[in-house]
Amino acid sequence: MGVLLEPAPAAAPAVHPNPIVNDFSFVVATENGTGSQTANLTILRALFKMGIPVNGKNIFPSNIQGLPTWYHIRVSKDGYVARRHTSELLIAFNEATVAEDIKNVPAGGVCLFNADWRNVPTREDITLYSIPVNMFVRETGLKGKLGNYIANMVYVGAVAHLFGIPLDYIEDALRFNFGGRQKLVDSNMAVVRAAYDWSVANIVKVDPYAVSRMNETSGMIMMTGNEAAALGAIFGGVNFVAWYPITPSTSLVDAINEYLPRFRTDKTTGEVTCAVIQAEDELAAMGMILGAGWAGTRSMTATSGPGISLMAEFTGMGYFAEIPAVVWNIQRVGPSTGLPTRTGQGDIIFTYYLGHGDSKNVILFPSSIKECFEFGTTSFNLAEMLQTPVFVLSDLDLGMNNWMSEPFTFPDEPLQRGKVLSAEEVNSKGFARYKDVDGDGITYRTLPGNENPRSAWFARGTGHNEKAGYSERPEDWYNNMERLARKFDTARKLVPGPVVQRMAGAKVGIIAVGTTEYAIEEARDRLVAANLPTNFMRLRALPINDEVSQFVAEHEYVYVVELNRDGQLHSILITEMPHLATKLRSIAYLDGMPLTARWLVEAVEAAEAQQEVL
Amino acid sequence: MGQTRTRSNVNLVGLTKADYNGNPTTLCQGCGHNSIASQLIQVGFELSLRPHEIIKMSGIGCSSKSPAYFLGQSHGFNSLHGRMPSISTGALIANHHLRGIGVSGDGDTASIGMGQFKHLVRRNVRMVYIVENNGVYGLTKGQFSATAEEGLKLKYAGKNDLPPIDICMEAILAGCGFVARSFSGDAKQVRELLKAALSHRGTAVLDIISPCVAFNNEDWSPKSYAYGKQNELPLHEIGFVPKRDEIEIEEYAPGEMRQVELHDGSLIQLRKLESDYDPTDQMGALHRLQWAEQKQEFITGLIYYNPDRPSLAEVCNLGETPLAQMQEDKLRPRPEALAQYMQELSG
Ligand SMILES: Cc1ncc(C[n+]2csc(CCOP(=O)(O)OP(=O)(O)O)c2C)c(N)n1
Ligand code: SF4
Ligand SMILES: [Mg+2]
Repeated sequence: MGVLLEPAPAAAPAVHPNPIVNDFSFVVATENGTGSQTANLTILRALFKMGIPVNGKNIFPSNIQGLPTWYHIRVSKDGYVARRHTSELLIAFNEATVAEDIKNVPAGGVCLFNADWRNVPTREDITLYSIPVNMFVRETGLKGKLGNYIANMVYVGAVAHLFGIPLDYIEDALRFNFGGRQKLVDSNMAVVRAAYDWSVANIVKVDPYAVSRMNETSGMIMMTGNEAAALGAIFGGVNFVAWYPITPSTSLVDAINEYLPRFRTDKTTGEVTCAVIQAEDELAAMGMILGAGWAGTRSMTATSGPGISLMAEFTGMGYFAEIPAVVWNIQRVGPSTGLPTRTGQGDIIFTYYLGHGDSKNVILFPSSIKECFEFGTTSFNLAEMLQTPVFVLSDLDLGMNNWMSEPFTFPDEPLQRGKVLSAEEVNSKGFARYKDVDGDGITYRTLPGNENPRSAWFARGTGHNEKAGYSERPEDWYNNMERLARKFDTARKLVPGPVVQRMAGAKVGIIAVGTTEYAIEEARDRLVAANLPTNFMRLRALPINDEVSQFVAEHEYVYVVELNRDGQLHSILITEMPHLATKLRSIAYLDGMPLTARWLVEAVEAAEAQQEVL
Repeated sequence: MGQTRTRSNVNLVGLTKADYNGNPTTLCQGCGHNSIASQLIQVGFELSLRPHEIIKMSGIGCSSKSPAYFLGQSHGFNSLHGRMPSISTGALIANHHLRGIGVSGDGDTASIGMGQFKHLVRRNVRMVYIVENNGVYGLTKGQFSATAEEGLKLKYAGKNDLPPIDICMEAILAGCGFVARSFSGDAKQVRELLKAALSHRGTAVLDIISPCVAFNNEDWSPKSYAYGKQNELPLHEIGFVPKRDEIEIEEYAPGEMRQVELHDGSLIQLRKLESDYDPTDQMGALHRLQWAEQKQEFITGLIYYNPDRPSLAEVCNLGETPLAQMQEDKLRPRPEALAQYMQELSG
């Protein structure tokens, strides 16, 4: 292995004696704001279309232009999509970070870099390839920003040669990413082809990493969690959105705005069936969706941690005045502004108890884009059935990265609109806003605009009796809060239940929520190979139901795995199941990056070792 | 409910005045807010409002309690301190056939809620936005609010060292097309302004000086009854003529009367008092307000009017059916639409 700067004869990539096919990770290091995202998505999609399971993760800065960004792509014939701790290959296209980046390449790995750089990276124990980028850009005649953009296509061409990606796949991927704008496709493709041809002629492949077509992704789709959530909301009947921009939730509302003309606008009358308002802040956004929910729409907002902080007072009011609304929290890393472009699960406790006094909120935890889509309907149905704010806790990794999935199917669930009385029903059934007629804690409401004079009620955050009248009587307060607790128990039965995966002979359990699923699945495969079979319960909602306590009771102990410092889910589970507290062990960690199987295996092994000492 | 219906005591929609009552007030006796609630009852009756077409909105404060005391057959929302605007925006876009009557206080609007207030006005949400302005926080027992006059000394609050915020000026600067100031002691003017405001296309802001008898009613205070009674300086005499009464318009000598046509075809007649004031001149209105503040004049009346700007509901391009009344057929695309899109993504 060594530096290969001499031109080599044109040849198909040499077949390595021990090739590593469809099972490695690579990282593309670039500057943000230079258009590298298109290049990365093109490679990702080409691999996906070759039938190989892939996952791409954008590790980007909180900045618009000029700071380092890394795009990690994992190809895995076994279908693993979790982040890997190391990437065997580095596509180094950022001179500012190459010295650091190259240190992270494991021995035996590969680095492709820009041959125009003055400081050429060196390392004896990896394969180095280089390609002169400027030459290709010069040939296009494009300058400045456009030149920078197209420069990224140089590494696409080189990678196509190195990995063995047929150019047809690259071209299809470009067409998809440019939405069929042929001119763009052609100009980009010209650079890809030139770089590819040059690479074929000049780079002799000596490393073992290669891809080869499979049949694991046919018929599948690929999209981000935020796009899927938007589509889910569109098919879940959203008709009022108020929001304030914040990474990583912004692309969710962007997607709603993109989908509305196609899916929710009457082609003949031009009538829109959903209003979207950009509010002055998240506090106002929450007020707007509660006002709209009170008036009868399926209303939602999307935000992230700092926005949730601003929504606290209104959430308590929504809980107490009993008003439906859906809040998507695409979690980033806090406290405060924290790491705005990194992922985590740090808002579980805050969201669950958001609001002062005795408030508790229903939370859904999607782990896949399919669930993001499905929870579009589920969240509104729950909000309207339970008449309360419902939170959906996604995260940056799910929301902003591209994930593979089976195509979404039309939701089985009809739109549930909850207990709303019409003008006639107010007469036939009688109406007292907060009276628990059915014994499930859920009372009947009427909407403004109801023509029956007896339907009117006064929504308020102040203490109230069954007729929504102001009351400071101790028994009114107590009874109403007990009823709200009853309603929360009803919620336990209505929310999506946990998903369990079992292994023969498992005595140890794992509980988690959301996107840690993928690292956990991979870690479990490795742990069982090391003789530690585990059962895995992925919660899809809070509050929990009896299945969860049964699962915990069945095991010697259960690891609660999550991406935060303090073990927030662990705390909640202990509070909900105090009698099982000693069986629940926290494995919590957060550095801003998605969980890896390697870290988790080591954490479990360390915990197990401690177990033996005890 | 209350009154027996006879042909003579019902209005055009067959309701008696008592049908517009709310619960008995729990505010202090003599509180200015109470007389505004009474005027709202009267106006509802006189305009033959359909209670189910009205929503009553408020924030938090003594003033914000008052929606409980009028229009008991209308839905209402007593929200959070300073947050009436966002709740109202959501509700009135969800159902754009509803009309909002919002009651806020000077603390609720000019302090904690200033941001939301200005954005509501900027969006031109169709509602009547009443500020019951007493210069203090009544409900938290008398602290100065941001509308209190500089240098004012009060028993409880002490001396106010900061300049006041003028709600009318803030409204005009935020793009409001209906801005009025009044005095809760001037029942007739309050009534006529309320009627006109209900015909406005977007947000109508009424800054009504409404004395707090508990904490800011010393005779020297510009927000006391005594001061208001003595010093109110109406810019004009206001008469509201609903659209259906068109024929009954009185004749006036030229120059004596200004007539402003409202969005729904009703009219405001402004009879000239000592000087002619033109409420359609935005710069003039700001100038007059500034002048009044410097000279400590208590001007009242329709300060600015401009119906040109579309309301938020119009901007949102809403159709005939309110969003809140749409059912599954409108809210959920057909299964084929999803299948087609999935095909595009996977093909
Ligand atoms: C977030 C929040 N902060 C503080 C309060 C306490 N508070 C209740 S009413 C009020 C002031 C009300 O003043 P104003 O709006 O002028 O109404 P008034 O009582 O004078 O009619 C305050 C500060 C509150 N309810 N909520
Ligand atoms: S404290 Fe003042 S504002 Fe409150 S009810 Fe009494 S008089 Fe009215
Ligand atoms: Mg006040």
